[in-house]
Amino acid sequence: MGKYTEEQLEKELETQEYKYGFVTDIETEKAPIGLSEDIIRLISAKKNEPNWLLEYRLKAYKAWLTMEEPEWAHVNYPKVDFQDIYYYAAPKPKKQLDSLDEVDSELLEMYEKLGISIDEQKKLSNVAVDIVMDSVSVKTTFQDTLAKLGIIFGSFSDAVQNHPELVKKYMGTIVPYTDNYYAALNAAVFTDGSFCYIPKGVRCPMELSTYFRINEAQTGQFERTLVVADQGSYVSYLEGCTAPMRDENQLHAAVVELVALDDAEIKYSTVQNWYPGDKEGKGGIYNFVTKRGLCEKNAKISWTQVETGSSVTWKYPSCILKGDNSVGEFYSVAVTNNLQQADTGTKMLHLGKNTKSTIISKGVSAGNSQNSYRGLVKINKNAINARNFSQCDSLLMGNKCGAHTFPYIEVDNKSAKVEHEATTSKIGEDQIFYCNQRGIDTESAIKLIVNGYAKDVLNQLPMEFAVEAQKLLAISLEGSVG
Amino acid sequence: MLSIKNLHASVDGTEILKGLNLEVNAGEVHAIMGPNGSGKSTLASVLAGKEDYEVLGEITLNGKDISDLAPEERAAEGVFLAFQYPVEIPGVSNVNFLKTAVNDIRAFKGLPPMLAKDFLKLLKEKRALVELDKKLTNRSVNEGFSGGEKKRNEIFQMAMLKPKLAILDETDSGLDIDALRIVANGVNKLKSADNATIVITHYQRLLDYIIPDFVHVLYDGKIIKSGTKELALELEEKGYDWLIKPEMAQ
Ligand SMILES: Nc1ncnc2c1ncn2[C@@H]1O[C@H](COP(=O)(O)OP(=O)(O)OP(=O)(O)O)[C@@H](O)[C@H]1O
Ligand SMILES: [Mg+2]
Repeated sequence: MGKYTEEQLEKELETQEYKYGFVTDIETEKAPIGLSEDIIRLISAKKNEPNWLLEYRLKAYKAWLTMEEPEWAHVNYPKVDFQDIYYYAAPKPKKQLDSLDEVDSELLEMYEKLGISIDEQKKLSNVAVDIVMDSVSVKTTFQDTLAKLGIIFGSFSDAVQNHPELVKKYMGTIVPYTDNYYAALNAAVFTDGSFCYIPKGVRCPMELSTYFRINEAQTGQFERTLVVADQGSYVSYLEGCTAPMRDENQLHAAVVELVALDDAEIKYSTVQNWYPGDKEGKGGIYNFVTKRGLCEKNAKISWTQVETGSSVTWKYPSCILKGDNSVGEFYSVAVTNNLQQADTGTKMLHLGKNTKSTIISKGVSAGNSQNSYRGLVKINKNAINARNFSQCDSLLMGNKCGAHTFPYIEVDNKSAKVEHEATTSKIGEDQIFYCNQRGIDTESAIKLIVNGYAKDVLNQLPMEFAVEAQKLLAISLEGSVG
Repeated sequence: MLSIKNLHASVDGTEILKGLNLEVNAGEVHAIMGPNGSGKSTLASVLAGKEDYEVLGEITLNGKDISDLAPEERAAEGVFLAFQYPVEIPGVSNVNFLKTAVNDIRAFKGLPPMLAKDFLKLLKEKRALVELDKKLTNRSVNEGFSGGEKKRNEIFQMAMLKPKLAILDETDSGLDIDALRIVANGVNKLKSADNATIVITHYQRLLDYIIPDFVHVLYDGKIIKSGTKELALELEEKGYDWLIKPEMAQ
């Protein structure tokens, strides 16, 4: 036996202490800062996950270590220090407030403008709600209706515990962890998200939105969403919220996977209104999302997004049109103001015969912001009679903002028909004066003009949400003209 | 009703209106004529409150000084401008546009929004007045409208908003003969003892339909001659030279 030196003892104590410290930390809800294999093991253990999921996370982590953070020509931001993030914190209940008086007045003002009811304002800002609108009972009513139809809808963690076979079967099949830097990171460290399964032939009778909104307060930094629509089923899923969302976490890297089996249809709508930062762009959220859907035979996936928040948005909801006659759609309005930067678009991969895709992208840039559309339409060699129509419009307000369009088209089958149209226009002072002259003030005028411009996209949103989204667009552009 | 005193307006240091005076009483129709570039549209824009100009002088509407009011406030006070070049607003239906306009003006006056059924009734009534195709009211504001359709749409909007002071900037140009009659008819029907109309035109023909009480000649930013409807006939015959360079005409 070698010498047992004081130094060795010290070292041992250090590591042990670290280990113990670690354990104690588990009990005190928060894991140490930074990312390592241990942290991932901790997250997995904390969530009582099956071993295959831990293995999956670890593989993702190893892959992530070998990857490089992507750089894009039109997005600039200070790089994220990935060792300076807490990857696990037990969901601590948000502080319950007694009345709306305790809520940030700026937030309330925004709710007001959006026309959100007092009860809902309370819910959104975590103020105790009256018995009349008991959110728990509302939630249970929904859950009952859904359960009767065999629809599974709940948190990702619950799904891992209660339906591991479904999660295992589909998770990572659409967005593998090797896909990109943020997807790998998400796969390694995601803490929760949503899971939805619609059984064969079932038409989900409600927008899965109202429910979601009640739950909204708990969205995580690394969310993971998986929606599986079994054969012949239909679901309309709504993510996000028009109400402004603030978060201490600057980096958000979510993954959304959609599976539409034969003859199924998924309509996925997003309203993204993360805090964009102040006028100098400070403190805003980086939103790096990977969203993708797979269409089997005759299936259809339709993405609709209204993007107004975040200081940096990087997001390309995509469709893999694998099955014959499948259909992919992408409708997007992305608004940037002040120093916001958005790089968003879609990918439509045509693999099956007679596949069809439609892309309608409407960018609105104001202030000093940069707004880019980046899209890929790829027609594989076996995709006979594939069709694509793309329309990418940009609307500029003022002279200091930028709009960029990067359409990539790859066609390997001669029978394909691909159409691309693009326009850039400015909100003219003439248009505003015309409205003013009819008694409409400048702010309403901008609202009218922008909503008119984005109409084709807003029309795709569920009715009650479209109204709020319209207001949201106007609010995001407040003060950008005149 | 409208009183303009010593009105000056300039853009980037270039003076366009150079001391213009005009009195318009309720119930009157005034025609303003004058060569291209003399400042007619500028006068219309300045009255409507377009902010591109540096303005000096006095503009009162029914005794109220409106020179510091924003365009939408002037609109609420009853100023209407039928534009020489109406703009297109893609994606915004005419109906939605007018509903917003009507209700914003009502809000300004402290009135609640008009009931949908009342609005619809008004819409149908006024559409009939200018014989505007229903399809056009459902389409986006002026988008893809023919030149004549745009002009007719301006008068339709005017009918919807019932202004106190209507300024028609070359509403006749681009109208076919039937449309001219219809539009003029509409304007005449909207005339009443407590509103007034300023008609900017190059052609005496319009004035056969909308009979003016006074005719003014605007030249180089000033009104250089005023008269009755006979003046328009004289201008048609002789042009403007005799007014601009009297010595040459002799
Ligand atoms: N924003 C502007 N910047 C520079 N010059 C201007 C501006 N607006 C008007 N002008 C100039 O002022 C003059 C008067 O223009 P205005 O449009 O009022 O003429 P008009 O009498 O309506 O002519 P027309 O009969 O051709 O319609 C023109 O020389 C025009 O070029
Ligand atoms: Mg003119």
